[in-house]
Amino acid sequence: MTETTEKARIGAPAIDGFSEEGEDLSPVNAGQGPLAGASTKGHSHGGGVGVPDSSRAGRRTSYQLADFPQLTGREEDWRFTPLKRLRGLHTEALTGAAPTVTVTGPEGSEAPSAVKVETVDRSDARIGSAGIPEDRVSAAAWEAFTEATVLTIPAETELETGVVVAIEGTGTEASAQHLVIVAERFSKAVVVLDHKGTTTVSQNVEIDVRDGAELTVVSVQEWNDDAVHASSQQAKIGRDAKFKHVAVSLGGDLVRVTPSARFSQPGGDVELFGLYFADAGQHLEQRLFVDHAVPNCKSRVLYKGALQGEAAHTVWVGDVLIRKEAEGTDSYEANRNLVLTDGARADSVPNLEIETGLIEGAGHASTTGRFDDEHLFYLMARGIPEDEARRLVVRGFLNEIIQQIRVPELEERLTEAVERELAAGNL
Amino acid sequence: MSTLDIKDLHVSIETEQGKKEILKGVSLTINTGEIHAIMGPNGSGKSTLASTIAGHPRYTVDSGSITLDGEDVLEMSVDERARAGLFLAMQYPVEVPGVTMTNFLRTAKTALDGEAPKLRTWTKDVKEAMSQLRIDADFAQRNVNEGFSGGEKKRVEILQLELFKPKFAIMDETDSGLDVDALKVVSEGHNRVHEAGGLGTLLITHYTRILRYIKPDFVHVFVDGKIAEEGGPELADRLEEEGYDRFLPTAAKA
Ligand SMILES: Nc1ncnc2c1ncn2[C@@H]1O[C@H](COP(=O)(O)OP(=O)(O)OP(=O)(O)O)[C@@H](O)[C@H]1O
Ligand SMILES: [Mg+2]
Repeated sequence: MTETTEKARIGAPAIDGFSEEGEDLSPVNAGQGPLAGASTKGHSHGGGVGVPDSSRAGRRTSYQLADFPQLTGREEDWRFTPLKRLRGLHTEALTGAAPTVTVTGPEGSEAPSAVKVETVDRSDARIGSAGIPEDRVSAAAWEAFTEATVLTIPAETELETGVVVAIEGTGTEASAQHLVIVAERFSKAVVVLDHKGTTTVSQNVEIDVRDGAELTVVSVQEWNDDAVHASSQQAKIGRDAKFKHVAVSLGGDLVRVTPSARFSQPGGDVELFGLYFADAGQHLEQRLFVDHAVPNCKSRVLYKGALQGEAAHTVWVGDVLIRKEAEGTDSYEANRNLVLTDGARADSVPNLEIETGLIEGAGHASTTGRFDDEHLFYLMARGIPEDEARRLVVRGFLNEIIQQIRVPELEERLTEAVERELAAGNL
Repeated sequence: MSTLDIKDLHVSIETEQGKKEILKGVSLTINTGEIHAIMGPNGSGKSTLASTIAGHPRYTVDSGSITLDGEDVLEMSVDERARAGLFLAMQYPVEVPGVTMTNFLRTAKTALDGEAPKLRTWTKDVKEAMSQLRIDADFAQRNVNEGFSGGEKKRVEILQLELFKPKFAIMDETDSGLDVDALKVVSEGHNRVHEAGGLGTLLITHYTRILRYIKPDFVHVFVDGKIAEEGGPELADRLEEEGYDRFLPTAAKA
């Protein structure tokens, strides 16, 4: 395997370009909502009020669209995204029909009775409790949505089956969607966001994982070929809470998922997994952010992607920020890509910022391997036919993520979906 | 008995400087039950012969033939050759990302036999073969060759030889990079298959060291893309003493 590997395990602060100035709140970010000024202290360096700097801590956050300038494509967080293909998500008012939301149990069965599903308007107190837009497209959706779906797993309730939130796109007009998931104290649940159909949507998903709760959120993007989807999925992690997020992007023309986890109390444990399979012409982007803002939390990140076909493009950016307060942090992030054919491109950028030396450990790794003729020859020389050899490699590679889901029906479905992707490339 | 028959084989590769002829008329007949050693200096074309038999796409056969019991091997795809009973233990086995040894071995065995092996006996066979080759049990869960040392990779090649039971094994410098203990372990692995019968071996090597453990019936000296001399085991002893010097053009002598 031709491979570029970057590995680091760091036990002491060693941060390029990090400076400790600018602890004051930026006027743009301060005091606009429950989150602003708390865990999302913004700060600016020299460049004037509210200009985001290269540290993730300085990223602008605001509930107001007007606080985000028009996109040019040169912004750090948009530089890989083909804006032309956003179909107006960054320029239009998002007034189209949002995808429909239906909450069920696995395979269309009744939703577990304990789970509470509400449709609320913008004034609901839970809106803004766990998330705040970090880019223009997310802010546009925040400004445009008229009602939100709130899903609550009541305190001390352990759901016996998974909850499936079927999100079905029905049109291509630019639209906005808002979802809130609240896992109350000591609850335990698996929630699947199952995206299908055709759409142009900017989506904000707020995930409030309260003290001692254990929540898994699996977001599956299996859109039709023409769908455009930007999704900010922000989780706030309470004391001793456990959060697992699995982002699976398979279908859609442009899918850009930005999951984040912010520790608000000590003792939190976060796992962020991702799987993506881009075929010819697809742009699949994943940018995650883990914000270690408090002591003694643990995070693990593993994203794996396969690419096949002309102009298949994937982007993975992993921002992990270990703030000065976050002593005792234990963090590791990795991204692995497997390029199956020529003409595909995988961008992979791990960003680890460490502001304190008093941590358990922090590290990152990024590899991009190529499945080439030598691998194929090796497997075929053992009697394995060509198509099966490719299947074997891709299935093996991605299975590590699929098996994290632990919802058997969904694992099976995704395994099949991956094989279809593979077959569709008629290799 | 099966026969692998190589006749007047001419093989070339495409290089940046154009076509380069590497094999310049190789003829060799191997029957099951026989062990043939091919010895020769670096760059003489030994690996080229091995890879050509296995069907590596880099090598073009310009003329000559390879047949297995009369069947045209050159007409077969790489996987068909393996299923016909040819096995190449590679000089540099590649790392295959994403595929565990367990999964790989089972998939290959299924492909080779045309049916899945019986799970219980298969698991037992794999375990036993691994322990005989002193391969740590947790290698089963690791990806094929990924991060294996040179010696570990070679053992894993022989593990496959034991499990797949081919008609013909071509071992391309399986001995290189092995210490004496590993060399013994690997040789014993080959010999177990050999003694079970029905295996023909083409043992490619640089050194006579391995021939103390795997006793060849025939020795072929390979120089500049051709067989320069053939004989019995005594030829190996002579090479041990004299080296390849007498086969090389004067200019190339050290
Ligand atoms: N891909 C290639 N590009 C250019 N030359 C090649 C290539 N593959 C083989 N050759 C050349 O063909 C000749 C034979 O190589 P081969 O690997 O078959 O030799 P060998 O006898 O196996 O050598 P060794 O003892 O080093 O394993 C060498 O001169 C080698 O440089
Ligand atoms: Mg060689």
